[in-house]
Amino acid sequence: MSTTAVTTRETSVPTRRVALEAAGPIRAIPLSRVVGVELRKMFDTRSGFWLMASIAITATLATVAVIVFAPDSDITYTSFAGAVGFPMSVILPVIAILAVTSEYSQRSGLTTFTLVPHRGRVITAKAIAVLTVAVFSMVLAMLIGVLGNIAGSAIAGVDTTWDSTATELLLIVLGNTLGMLVGFMLGVLIRNSAGAIVGYFVFSLVLPGLSELLAANASWYADRREWLDFNYAQGSLFGGSMTGEQWANLGVTSAVWLVLPLAIGLGTLMRSEVK
Amino acid sequence: MIAIESLTRKYGGLNAVDNVSFTAEPGRVTGFLGPNGAGKSTTMRILVGLTKATEGRTTILGRSYADLPNPGREVGVLLDASAQHAGRTGREILTIAQRTMGLPSSRVAAMLEQVSLTSSEADRRVRNYSLGMRQRLGIATALIGDPQVLILDEPANGLDPAGIRWMRDLLRGYANDGGTVLLSSHLLHEIEVIADDLVVIGRGRIVASGTKASLLQQAGTTVRASSGLADLEAALRSNGFDANPVPEGGLRTSADPELVGKLALAVGVALSELRTADGAGLEDMFLELTADTQREGAVA
Repeated sequence: MSTTAVTTRETSVPTRRVALEAAGPIRAIPLSRVVGVELRKMFDTRSGFWLMASIAITATLATVAVIVFAPDSDITYTSFAGAVGFPMSVILPVIAILAVTSEYSQRSGLTTFTLVPHRGRVITAKAIAVLTVAVFSMVLAMLIGVLGNIAGSAIAGVDTTWDSTATELLLIVLGNTLGMLVGFMLGVLIRNSAGAIVGYFVFSLVLPGLSELLAANASWYADRREWLDFNYAQGSLFGGSMTGEQWANLGVTSAVWLVLPLAIGLGTLMRSEVK
Repeated sequence: MIAIESLTRKYGGLNAVDNVSFTAEPGRVTGFLGPNGAGKSTTMRILVGLTKATEGRTTILGRSYADLPNPGREVGVLLDASAQHAGRTGREILTIAQRTMGLPSSRVAAMLEQVSLTSSEADRRVRNYSLGMRQRLGIATALIGDPQVLILDEPANGLDPAGIRWMRDLLRGYANDGGTVLLSSHLLHEIEVIADDLVVIGRGRIVASGTKASLLQQAGTTVRASSGLADLEAALRSNGFDANPVPEGGLRTSADPELVGKLALAVGVALSELRTADGAGLEDMFLELTADTQREGAVA
């Protein structure tokens, strides 16, 4: 008869009992899980929730406004798409900014970057989450526009007009996504909620005015504006069609105004201390 | 097991952490002690990759922190209980940790129970939490992955006496189970009741380290007698030991208790108390060791 195996108990420091056998062996955290968590974090505070809800709310309000105020001749899908698109261009960048900056302004990054000690993965996950929200919210807004167009034309007693092409809608989606990426870039670069939001409004509201003023007064700038002014080049996306040169303008200006500062921001974010 | 080798972190000309080396062993609570601004938090942030080291390296369970595939399952970290999104509920913060680590969702409720946060407290937003509740939530976040190593920066801050007792029992049990615990504090009393090993840091440099017992020995002996203290003091001095009067009729000496007893017998002094200086001695030693690093300057 052998004795029971109790011999090792007193001899050494016991290894910690694993209470989490149900969770299985320890494996690397897949990126999809980080994306899921980052998406959740965009909705799980009151401000986050209402920011998301405001996409549907403002799209609905804009649709109602078109039905109430637009003349019957303007009850077309283009009117609705334009109306629901405008609040997007303000809300989506703010969502993108907060997804990054709240880790710093609210200091939750201490936990986030400790649980996932590769900042590049966290930021990639945030970018994917932000783009997912962008696409879903624009599809939602366009659907609200569809309902508005059907309801509006019925109320006005005119034929329902579907005058937007898929290309036009895709260009609008691209335009708003670029705007959202500008917000994301400013969040990564500035890493402070208030600062980045102010930065976005300077970028999107103040700079175009200055550019306009400069173009009116300096012919050398007016001649080259489409190669220098990102907002101007981006604006052609909302015009319904794009020429090859306009694509080139957009490519050059986004490289300078979006990709370059994003690269600088990522570089400092990777190296900076999280406090 | 935590190993820190020749760690240095510079901020401009200032060495916030200056050539720091020590290990925290499994089955033991290692107390990381030092005045405010001594470099404790910087060292801990470097350990978990939030701050880059200027020189030196750190490993946890034999690996660099960034190489741990799912760090929350192996290392529980609480650096600052207030560093949470104020708009999230306690339960949500635990859920985020549970999801990130890929744990069963039942762990959230289990952890809330372990740290004694009620269900209604868990559903409140963290901005309405007291510091003590935040510490409990932080401990729950650190423990949710059932890690082998705990790194806690000033975990007793804001806890009431019962909470401090609870924390002490929790960490003791954790170390007894074979876990490695590294906890920092600027309060000696908090640490000396729980730590097995001590690392004392001042101005970024380690000024003392070792087991608590060995450090206590260095702290010397306290001896009291109702009469004849002067004779005993003379006997100690003639044998080459320090001997200094302490309040309420006693001496503090660098001789160990056994030797003091023998000398007292030899000079015929009846002792009323003889013991290692422990508490007070360790505090004097701590203040002395870190005196030139204290903001108040040298302690009289």
